[in-house]
Amino acid sequence: MQNTTELNDKPKRFIYHFNPEETEITMQTRDLEILYGKTLAMHNADIQFQKNTITALIGPSGSGKSTFLRALNRMNDGVATVKGQILYQGVNINQPKIDVYEVRRRIGMVFQRPNPFAKSIYDNVTFALQRRGIHDKKVLDEVVEKTLKQAAVWDQVKDSLNKSALSLSGGQAQRVCIARALAVQPDVLLLDEPASALDPVSTQQLEATLRELKKDYTIIIVTHNMQQAARLSDYTVFFNMGEAIEYNKTRKVFTRPKVQMTDDYVSGNFG
Amino acid sequence: MNRSQKQSKIAITGLKLIAGFVVLILAFLIGYIFITGLPHVSWHFLTSPAKAFNAGGGIGVQLFNSFYLLVLAMLISLPIALLAAIYLNEYAKDNWFTSMIKTSIEILSSLPSVVVGLFGFLLFVVQFNYGFSILSGALTLTIFNLPLLTRNIEDSLSNVSDDQRQGGLGLGLSKYETIIHIVVPASLPGIISGVILCSGRVFGEAAALIYTAGQSAPALNFGDWNPFNIDSPLSPLRPAETLAVHIWKINSEGIMPDLTQVSSGAAAVLVLAILIFNLSARFIGRKVFERMTSVK
Amino acid sequence: MQNEKLAKQLMKKSKTARYERFGHLLSLSALLLIMAIVLGIIVFVASKGLSTFSRDNVSVKEFFTGTIWNPGTKTPSGQQAVGALPMIVGSFLVTLLAAALATPFAIGTAVYMTEISPKRGAKILQPVTELLVGIPSVVYGFIGLSVVVPFVRSTFGGSGFGILSGTFVLFVMILPTIVSMTVDSLKGVPKYYRQASLALGATRWQTIWKVVLRAATPGILTAVVFGMARAFGEALAVQMVIGNAALMPHNLTSPASTLTSVLTAGMGNTVMGSLQNDALWSLALVLLVMSLFFNLLVHMIGRKGAFKK
Repeated sequence: MQNTTELNDKPKRFIYHFNPEETEITMQTRDLEILYGKTLAMHNADIQFQKNTITALIGPSGSGKSTFLRALNRMNDGVATVKGQILYQGVNINQPKIDVYEVRRRIGMVFQRPNPFAKSIYDNVTFALQRRGIHDKKVLDEVVEKTLKQAAVWDQVKDSLNKSALSLSGGQAQRVCIARALAVQPDVLLLDEPASALDPVSTQQLEATLRELKKDYTIIIVTHNMQQAARLSDYTVFFNMGEAIEYNKTRKVFTRPKVQMTDDYVSGNFG
Repeated sequence: MNRSQKQSKIAITGLKLIAGFVVLILAFLIGYIFITGLPHVSWHFLTSPAKAFNAGGGIGVQLFNSFYLLVLAMLISLPIALLAAIYLNEYAKDNWFTSMIKTSIEILSSLPSVVVGLFGFLLFVVQFNYGFSILSGALTLTIFNLPLLTRNIEDSLSNVSDDQRQGGLGLGLSKYETIIHIVVPASLPGIISGVILCSGRVFGEAAALIYTAGQSAPALNFGDWNPFNIDSPLSPLRPAETLAVHIWKINSEGIMPDLTQVSSGAAAVLVLAILIFNLSARFIGRKVFERMTSVK
Repeated sequence: MQNEKLAKQLMKKSKTARYERFGHLLSLSALLLIMAIVLGIIVFVASKGLSTFSRDNVSVKEFFTGTIWNPGTKTPSGQQAVGALPMIVGSFLVTLLAAALATPFAIGTAVYMTEISPKRGAKILQPVTELLVGIPSVVYGFIGLSVVVPFVRSTFGGSGFGILSGTFVLFVMILPTIVSMTVDSLKGVPKYYRQASLALGATRWQTIWKVVLRAATPGILTAVVFGMARAFGEALAVQMVIGNAALMPHNLTSPASTLTSVLTAGMGNTVMGSLQNDALWSLALVLLVMSLFFNLLVHMIGRKGAFKK
């Protein structure tokens, strides 16, 4: 374990590094710089994401955590300029030759507000597969059942799969959106404040679902809710002012942060 | 009450009178059209061909022509307008090229329809040698219809939340797939309303058609639906006076004895059709929206 | 190494990427088509319209100042009888008069709809204006012919056909256009303008007159210009009531003509390529240029008024 300490008693930044020999790294950023026009929105953010863990990205609004997340599956294309390397299983996906659609299939994303399409629940889940040429009803039926079960919403919707997904409640809609993302068989799931539009009960259910999904997927989640990060995640990155300030095991970030700024933030003395 | 309050009161009463006057104008227009026109509308009137010199003619052929031209013009303009709107709303960046495109669409939409008609005459009737025909008329109406339809569709597309686009892209779909299969269906209620409203406008247009679809309505053989026969209703190369052109034509140079009855009847049918278009635009758009968001 | 296999998979251009390219180009081409049409219209009409001057040797001055319109013949002074002034004057007269008449009514109605009774405005006047916009121009022409012309005849004398009837018909036609655009610009005036004014003790009317209308002026001007553009380009409704005499109007009730009325009446009776025909295209060119001018005006007002937002 190495760290980027500086020589006073508390470092300005602390970024945990895994030993690649011992841990399986699914994603990793290297020398990342994100610019909106000429404004630098993110730098100093070399983070490794371990396979089958949940990593929470926290920080005040405007800290760049969402921008960082969206760079990971190149959703910033056309919006911001992303420089540096984004390694997915060792392959740099931040280069022009890479087919961005295949990247996004493998690195799925769930958004802040539930955004079901104006289609039936069934079509919401199978739509991307159908667009990829899979029309076998049996295969699609299986995918629908499996992913809706994974997203823990099967029991609520199994009798109304032909119902418009726009009629679902927020919590159910968000789960259908997760199922939809799972249907294309990604390995990584990026979630951008997925619970911010949900009530406490739905939020709790969603967290339980994510804990379950961790077994099969690498999960990276942006949240503004520190309790959620503490409850849910294995690792936590704290962002501020377009920089990763601290990255460590979640327990350590919340109980014994190495950086003063992190300490202030997690104890609520920030700002 | 002081002076300025009194003044305010008087001014506001004045405004109320003005607004009432505008409502009266419409009431008068609609009332006049229907009261003078509807008594002449009968099944016979709606289905029989026009007569040039005798009383008792109908508007059957013109009515058919109007609908046929409308359908053709919509079939041609809808895909073009949809794609153009997609480009403007989804792809266009904020640069000189885009503003040039937008300006040219504005120019097209504000061109007098008679100028569009003359261009259609020059290009389709003369240059392409389609003559005064359904085809020339439909193509000209397409040009007339494109800017407004494009703008309507663009508005509907821009009303779709960005979340929907993100959702599609996040699944690894291309932008275009996302637009065609997610954004467009989501904006369907708006697009349908827009199409119907534009239909009303196209249906009532005459100036663009006088020199393109022509001013004569040869009798049609409604038993022959082979588009390649010249007296078939579907034939694209026959001249086709529409209802709106008919009203203009007989009022300018008609000589049949029941001229007033025929024109007021035709005007009533035309306005009725436009009214139906207007009302159904609201109604159908809302119905589609309800169906999309509710239990099937 | 699995990485290389993965890299290869990720670098293969997917069907999706090809589809995206196709869709992008397809939608761009639709736009280019529209642009080509606009360009085509301008070039065609301009080249036809200019040939009166280039091929038929009519002087531009004669065209814009001459008062005798009978292409193919000569004036008493030996010039080609291609004087378009009567039509130009006719077009401008009906347009300006209709706009002058419609603007106060339109503003009044719009103010009523947004400031005085928004509820009734949305429920009654909104659909009323939409319906008025939707009524086809031939229907306006027909009503003009059967109601306005007799009315003018019995009130002011003469045949009833003329500038005045044209003005009345156009007034009703452009009224809804101006109303709905004025409503939009009034709605764009922020609420706190009104609240601030009322809080300062201004009456409702003072607030409307001194604050709301003032702030919405650029939008209202745009609305009026749009109304004028519509009036200037309107063909059939005017043609049905104006009398179609290509003479200088000496009063508002004498038969006159506009650019559009001569065009619609005349185009069918001339042979392509003849002077008679070319002269009509020149009128069309004037129409086109005016339409472009109205567009430019709207842009300029928009740019000037932009700071108000």
